[in-house]
Amino acid sequence: MKKNKITLTNNITCFLSNSFLVKMKTSLKYMRSPPTPEMATQEVPLNETLAHLKTESETLKSKLEEERAKLHDVELHQVAEKVEGLGQFVMKTRRTLKGHGNKVLCMDWCKDKRRIVSSSQDGKVIVWDAFTTNKEHAVTMPCTWVMACAYAPSGCAVACGGLDNKCSVYPLSLDKNENLAAKKKSVAMHTNYLSACSFTNSDMQILTSSGDGTCALWDVESGQLLQSFHGHAADVLCLDLAPSETGNTFVSGGCDKKANVWDMRSGQCIQSFETHESDINSVRYYPSGDAFASGSDDATCRLYDLRADREVAIYSKDSIIFGVSSVDFSLSGRLLFGGYNDYTINVWDVLKGTRVSILFGHENRVSTLRVSPDGTAFCTGSWDHTLRIWA
Amino acid sequence: MTINTLAKGGCHREQMACFRKMEKVIVAMQDPDMGMKMRNQRLLITVIPHAMTGHDIIAWLTHKYRISEEESLHLGNMLVKYGYIYPLKEPRCLVLRPDESPYRFQVRPLTIYLAKKNIRKQGELMEYEKERYSLLHKRINHTWDFVVMQAREQLRASKQRRKADRIVLECQEQAYWLINRPPPGVNNVLDTGLERPNNFSCRVTLVSDFIIEACRKALGRNRVKSSICLEGFLKYSEQYLNHDPIMQGCLPSNPWISDDTAHWTMNAEIVPVPTRLRVERWSFSFMELLNDAMGRREFMTYLEKEFSAENLYFWQACEDIRHGESSKIVEKVEDIYKNFLAPGAARWVNIDSKTMDKTLEGIKRPHRFVMDDAQMHIYFLMKKDSYPRYLKSDLYKNMLAKAIVPQETKKSVFPFMRRQRHSSPSPAQTATQAAEEEGLAKGAGANSAAGSHF
Repeated sequence: MKKNKITLTNNITCFLSNSFLVKMKTSLKYMRSPPTPEMATQEVPLNETLAHLKTESETLKSKLEEERAKLHDVELHQVAEKVEGLGQFVMKTRRTLKGHGNKVLCMDWCKDKRRIVSSSQDGKVIVWDAFTTNKEHAVTMPCTWVMACAYAPSGCAVACGGLDNKCSVYPLSLDKNENLAAKKKSVAMHTNYLSACSFTNSDMQILTSSGDGTCALWDVESGQLLQSFHGHAADVLCLDLAPSETGNTFVSGGCDKKANVWDMRSGQCIQSFETHESDINSVRYYPSGDAFASGSDDATCRLYDLRADREVAIYSKDSIIFGVSSVDFSLSGRLLFGGYNDYTINVWDVLKGTRVSILFGHENRVSTLRVSPDGTAFCTGSWDHTLRIWA
Repeated sequence: MTINTLAKGGCHREQMACFRKMEKVIVAMQDPDMGMKMRNQRLLITVIPHAMTGHDIIAWLTHKYRISEEESLHLGNMLVKYGYIYPLKEPRCLVLRPDESPYRFQVRPLTIYLAKKNIRKQGELMEYEKERYSLLHKRINHTWDFVVMQAREQLRASKQRRKADRIVLECQEQAYWLINRPPPGVNNVLDTGLERPNNFSCRVTLVSDFIIEACRKALGRNRVKSSICLEGFLKYSEQYLNHDPIMQGCLPSNPWISDDTAHWTMNAEIVPVPTRLRVERWSFSFMELLNDAMGRREFMTYLEKEFSAENLYFWQACEDIRHGESSKIVEKVEDIYKNFLAPGAARWVNIDSKTMDKTLEGIKRPHRFVMDDAQMHIYFLMKKDSYPRYLKSDLYKNMLAKAIVPQETKKSVFPFMRRQRHSSPSPAQTATQAAEEEGLAKGAGANSAAGSHF
């Protein structure tokens, strides 16, 4: 897509695509001619609108922060003072899964607590019985950088996608002669890379997030778009479904440093949090569903409470310099595991805010981390081509 | 920052953040008071000025950041890998050795080159060079003196060609190129993955609108006091502590550690006798009970006794619509109406008239969420009424009493044997078999997709 460089005042440089410029023209009614380099000279009307909007949103944002602060009567670590500290923490690599020929980008657990699916930069998607370390299925996607993969709740299918901008579902057949790729079903279609995908409560619906800045809910059978979610200002990098009673919300994180909570029915953004200083690479709900954690390139993990409507904890340390690629909670929510770009895993005491342990082992950045469904272990995938199970 | 990063259009935003942080560490290390003590280090027979040993680096990091030596070694390694510190012994190997090996702070050769030129030509740099020079000056202000000193040193060295300086220069350059052009097989630390973001700033005005809208909504929302919310976390963690295998271990043993799958067998979907922890968990919340297949079955048995089982059947049918295939929605909604809502229906559910009217109206144009209100009403009815009574009932109490508490099998029981890691049937296999059996017993009619009963 051809991009035109537009320089506005205050040194805000936007790279706007032709198609977007066309849309802007009609909605703003300021420009009539087709996009040309001379567009820069028509800055003035556009600037005024932007400046006005900017001040309005800044004012509202500070008002919102004031409101949020009013009810913030205590910090989490203060409340947690009466809780017993955690003792010595020992976790080791119990399994190493070798087989990918390139960076592992994503993984997901099967509900049976021992199988996993993983995807990598070279286009391979592998289903393993992590307990025996046997590979059970392998698919080669027609694209590289398969950044998202998910296991279906039934255990009978997997979904994956990446640079092909699509999310495809592969039913898992045990017939050795059957070519899995033949039964592939294209479900989601975005206009940019697929960053994450997840089945909802059944095999019938998939939620996706994309580099095109949107999330979407799809019907697997028909490939129909059921709902789309707009509001992120940049690539959406991650999502997680809420474990709530009414099961209707999910949270997403993006390159705009925002974490948004969405209503799946209406498509509306119901809550938004912006306290990170850089891209949010991973979001994960606290097991009760009342809060969620996020991991970002700013090397911190943060906890956001949905009822208090604010950030309630930051997990960071001076010696931790590299970004967090993925986070997940232990079953009770007491521990938060973070996979980092400096090849390590940091384990945090969620309540006290302290770092309990640091785990070494991978030889390149940790790109994905998930705790198993029954909480007995967690799995990490890394750019060093391997996956490890820790317990 | 360096010219390299600027030249790439500033797109490596993620790298910028950690480069800034690493530079902070380096600056702290170079602090005249609290920083590292630099001295002359011996390399065979040559003496190198302004160097430090690997051992010193680790000791300093351990002290400054209050971390373990292992972590300092790891952090120090990162500094070497990214070229902030380079080794004088074995310059091809970018690794931090916790011994007397000498190291030095790296300054980007380009920076030094420009500084040298500036000094030599007394400020007669080319226009573009001047620009870059002043940019660099601004960005690395704090270490500028160091740069100038290095530049002067290099100029002096080239005049005198001292062996020590030549060695240093060589090592410096080697390290620099190792990072920027890594040999095959070595991790490219400058590899940042896919370029991100792809879509930044594309929708400036649209997003501002969105932000304003979102802020307005947020201002109007009801918030709960922090003290109450945070207490919630404490309670939850405490309640689930014994159920968290990573925190407390699990009985009889963690399969990943002992290679024994007994824990999974005992906690399978349906078992003759469930474990105690599992039955206890049903009392934590209504959702826990419903999410467990056995729990749900027990609850159904209880409701049958109370003659209110239609509530649970209704709830399940609504779930099936919400999460099922789009194509079957109309048919399922009709079934629900026939079985649960129509006057005189076999399993008529007791919904308040307002919700009933709304639902019946919605049924005329059936969609995925048409049953939501009715479903919620029945859900909360069960939660507030039947569920607490179930927990007090003999049925539940007996279940709890009968439940197994597995014996802990310590790993030491099998000290020398490595257990056979048995494979388990893939869910895909059992589903295919089930589907086959269903196909054989044709006309069963109860054909929900193979997906929904795990």
